[in-house]
Amino acid sequence: MQSKPVTLTILDVVSIILLGISTYLALVFAPTELVMGDVQRVFYFHIGTAWTALLGFILAAVFSVIYLVKKDLKWDRYQVAAIEVSLIFFFITIVLGSIWARPAWNTWWTWDPRLTTAAVTELIYIAYFMLRQGIDDPDRRARFGAVYALVGGLSAPITFFAIRLFRTIHPVVIGGANAEAEGGFSMTADMRVAFFFALFTFTIIFIDLFWNRIRLGDLQEKVEQLKLKVTM
Amino acid sequence: MANGQPNAQPPSGNFIKAVSAVVWKDLQAEFRSRELFSAMLVFSLLIILIFNFALELDVETRRSVTSGVLWATFAFAGTLGLNRSMAIEKDRGCLDGLLLAPVDRSAIYFGKVISNLAFMLIVEIIVLPVYSVLYNINLFQPGLLMVILLGSIGYVGVGTLLSTMSVQTRTRDILLPILLFPVVVPVLLAAVKASNGFLEGLELSEFLLPINLLIAYDIIFIAVAFMVFDNVVEE
Repeated sequence: MQSKPVTLTILDVVSIILLGISTYLALVFAPTELVMGDVQRVFYFHIGTAWTALLGFILAAVFSVIYLVKKDLKWDRYQVAAIEVSLIFFFITIVLGSIWARPAWNTWWTWDPRLTTAAVTELIYIAYFMLRQGIDDPDRRARFGAVYALVGGLSAPITFFAIRLFRTIHPVVIGGANAEAEGGFSMTADMRVAFFFALFTFTIIFIDLFWNRIRLGDLQEKVEQLKLKVTM
Repeated sequence: MANGQPNAQPPSGNFIKAVSAVVWKDLQAEFRSRELFSAMLVFSLLIILIFNFALELDVETRRSVTSGVLWATFAFAGTLGLNRSMAIEKDRGCLDGLLLAPVDRSAIYFGKVISNLAFMLIVEIIVLPVYSVLYNINLFQPGLLMVILLGSIGYVGVGTLLSTMSVQTRTRDILLPILLFPVVVPVLLAAVKASNGFLEGLELSEFLLPINLLIAYDIIFIAVAFMVFDNVVEE
């Protein structure tokens, strides 16, 4: 049995502490936004989770290419880990965004480019896991997963630019007003501290979860091999 | 081996010959059975019928939703065709036969894309006049036909790659639309915008962007599918 690396245990603890500090900074330390009030505080975690989710999706597309070239299952496990963690983070981003949008835009949801792309991206990666679930052979599962993650990873940004471009040309669609009216604001120094600390925190949490998930994948792989050995 | 293929062993260097052999085989099999075509066509007409009830397509609504209804119809009917066309290969072991042929694997991809595209275009060519007659709207405009062609190329290009994967899974009957729809959102989006532009008689410059996007999408995704197709048929 492979024991848990000490660095990973330390990273777990650090992640929890950082999350605690970041929560304090976002909820107590940062000043209350004048117009929107306390609901603006979800912003810090909203951006934190969104940034790490996008980082994970980009990593996953890179792992796709590496896997398809090298055909080493290690890269497949990295890819699954990145997508799984990112999928959850992105879901949190959407939920936090909706909580903010209800008082700020007076609606839980609008079909704005970012929101639409977020929804489509979530659906792409849910489909990714449904595809993987239907395949038993690990090599084939890895190949199909890599191909789909690559196609999805290319399509998601095109969706974003497509919606944004068209709506710039046809500004009648919802959300065509300027940034200030949509709930934009400028950050004070204290807000910036909370903001960048949240970014840092979620990056560390992402690395920690990513690492844990890769380790889990490695152990699953080992279990599979042991099972094969027993049956043979 | 696949039925109706005139030349069972095309020389490995002859790419075009291999592609046309695959296309020919598919078309001939389809002309004999007509099961794919009739299913897609009847399904398309049913979807239009459902939209008619669901949206109360009166004159005012029709103007704004025609391109949306058309593309939703094509997208749904398209999945039916894509799924069936690959499932036939898988069921009767034809895919293995095709893979054994001493040709480049991408020739199989392009062959399937062209035959799938042909089925889709034939269905579209029949749906358009039917829709025109039912709703008294002229859909035979060269611009609109070009958009339909470009949109169908992108849709089928990605769809052929994904249906090749989905038929090899346990959940093959339900998986294709789930895999395909989120990925072809840009195609549907751009195609609806561009079709609307032509139907409303706008200046070309106002909807040139979606047309460019369609062309870019077609090129990017067919190139990607061409590069990765080996990986989805490898045994």
